[in-house]
Amino acid sequence: MNIEQQYIDLYDQQKAVICKHSAEAMNLLRPDAFSHFKTLGFPTKKLEKYKYTDVSKAFEPNYGLNLNQLQFPVNPYEVFKCDVPNMSTALHFVVNDAFYTQSPTKAGLPEGVLFGSLKEMAKTHADIVKKYYGKLADTSKDGVTAFNTTFAEDGVLFYVPKNVIVEKPIQLVNILRSDVDLIANRRILIVMEDGSQARLLICDHTMDKVKFLATQVIEVFVGKNSVFDLYELEETDVNSVRISNLYLRQEADSNVLLNGMTLHNGSTRNMTQVTFAGEGAELNAYGMAIADKEERVDNNIFVDHAVPRCTSNQLFKYVLDDKSVGAFAGLVLVRPDAQHTNSKQTNRNLCNTSDAHMYTQPQLEIYADDVKCYHGATVGQLDDDALFYMRSRGISQTEARLLLMFAFVNDVIDTIRLDALKDRLHMLVEKRFRGNLGQCDNCSFCK
Amino acid sequence: MLEIKDLHASINGKEILKGIDLIVKPGEAHAIMGPNGSGKSTLSSVLIGNPAFEVTKGSVTFYGKNLLDLSPEDRSHEGIFLSFQYPVEIPGVSMVNFMRAAVNEHRKYKGLPALTASEFLRLMREKREEVGLDSKLANRSVNSGFSGGEKKRNEIYQMAMLEPRLSILDETDSGLDIDALRIVGKGVSKLKRPDTSLIVITHYQRLLDYIKPDIVHVLYQGKIVKTAGPELALELEKKGYDWIKQEVGE
Repeated sequence: MNIEQQYIDLYDQQKAVICKHSAEAMNLLRPDAFSHFKTLGFPTKKLEKYKYTDVSKAFEPNYGLNLNQLQFPVNPYEVFKCDVPNMSTALHFVVNDAFYTQSPTKAGLPEGVLFGSLKEMAKTHADIVKKYYGKLADTSKDGVTAFNTTFAEDGVLFYVPKNVIVEKPIQLVNILRSDVDLIANRRILIVMEDGSQARLLICDHTMDKVKFLATQVIEVFVGKNSVFDLYELEETDVNSVRISNLYLRQEADSNVLLNGMTLHNGSTRNMTQVTFAGEGAELNAYGMAIADKEERVDNNIFVDHAVPRCTSNQLFKYVLDDKSVGAFAGLVLVRPDAQHTNSKQTNRNLCNTSDAHMYTQPQLEIYADDVKCYHGATVGQLDDDALFYMRSRGISQTEARLLLMFAFVNDVIDTIRLDALKDRLHMLVEKRFRGNLGQCDNCSFCK
Repeated sequence: MLEIKDLHASINGKEILKGIDLIVKPGEAHAIMGPNGSGKSTLSSVLIGNPAFEVTKGSVTFYGKNLLDLSPEDRSHEGIFLSFQYPVEIPGVSMVNFMRAAVNEHRKYKGLPALTASEFLRLMREKREEVGLDSKLANRSVNSGFSGGEKKRNEIYQMAMLEPRLSILDETDSGLDIDALRIVGKGVSKLKRPDTSLIVITHYQRLLDYIKPDIVHVLYQGKIVKTAGPELALELEKKGYDWIKQEVGE
């Protein structure tokens, strides 16, 4: 029996249950998504886009799915106190795939802004969800997106109306909580209407030592002249697999900052697909991964310069220790009409051991003739001359290495446009390099 | 007190130092001169424990301790300091973090508590003023984008912060214009205390106008071939090294 069959059978048997626990706007997409999934199957390494991570293997173990949306006994507000100090955020939770309903959905948000359960919003604000849901995440092109769209029952909707500025950063914490091995299929839909501004921080955490597989599809629509920052911070467990597909569409003169940071994980595959749909838009996409043991981090990004005068800037940095594996593949496509494109892509990596592996594949495809494009990638070790210079000043080998590793990742952290989060990241990264992450001061499940 | 006995060292199998004997007592300033390729920089690298060099024979003791057994960081903790001929740029590591790590590890070695942030910043400011380092340099990444003169001044500043018992200046004067040379020279002579020692490695007399050596050595082909008083430096400045080479019998 192939890996897909159990999920195909499951859907055939359970589609009524799935639909019952979701909403019409989401259910409408299921039949097509299911048929695409049957055709595509899970991606294997034979596909160019998935050559560094065998996604199909991740689905092989026998996981449970919580199709009946049984409530897990957890109150995230009780157990999770790792909010960012000195940063006042509106804090929300997703437990596995379901929006935690006790969250005060409207607290502190400007008039008209929606933040809450995608399933519930699909009922109360069906027009919005129907207009945007699944419009970027093409199920006919990607097996994971097809799978997620087939099975996802809930998630989050973040909607910011025209010309509204959400001053307060919003923090969404994804918590994986289960007593048995579990697949969670999350959906996040973000709609920034023209002229709006917001900042969202999404953190991934695991609470239990069982195996988790989280699939996540994020769709982000950023309207004309809107500004949106999306930070994703993963601090999960060695037993977790994360497969996330992010689709972003930017209208004219919009400005988006993406920053994905993997501090601790099992196996992570992040796919980002960006389309410039209007002139003058700017994207800054950053990523950082710190991996050791046998952790895997794979970032795949595709930026489609479909229109003229857009700017994209990418910087991804990896620090790999032990037997960890990193991969970065980035493709910037400059279409024939996309004159005056300004694009920069940089991937720099440190392999601290001979067993750590980094695969990097920076790619540019340019079909316009009046553009400015740059790309580059390096893989190397810490600078021996710098290490010796520091030791000659009395700094121990260990401390000198730490200072150099901070310096290496700092330029990714420094792109964060929230000072409190930047400080927090400096602290977390220091802890991570010193090997005692996961023991924070005020969180009951980190003990 | 530094005592070097019959020191032999090689790099990639090639012997560079071929039996160095040298004693530097507390309070003394020694100049080591010599033509290019004679082994001057190798000597300084070996003294601070550069792993690129292998000591094949001989001994080095520093205040009674076997220096060759110590890690580079512990040699620093014991009070040996090298002003690098080519200071290394470390982009992304701020001077503040770099110096704080260094000073606090020195204090830890001596059993002293780490300095508080305000104590440390005060110390940085005092020493910066003492050696005339621009405050804007102290706020940047270590040597990153510094000019040649700025890098050398930064070396002297680090020397002031760490208060070594023995400072080795490896061609600290090379590449400096007259003004920078004066600042560096004055800085070093200001830092000289009655019980600390100096080894100045140089090609030229000009730095020795500021730092008066008690003893001048000529290093040639991996050996000290001549030792005399400060007048030797002036003689070398006038006559070059050919007469030394002839004396050695080349």
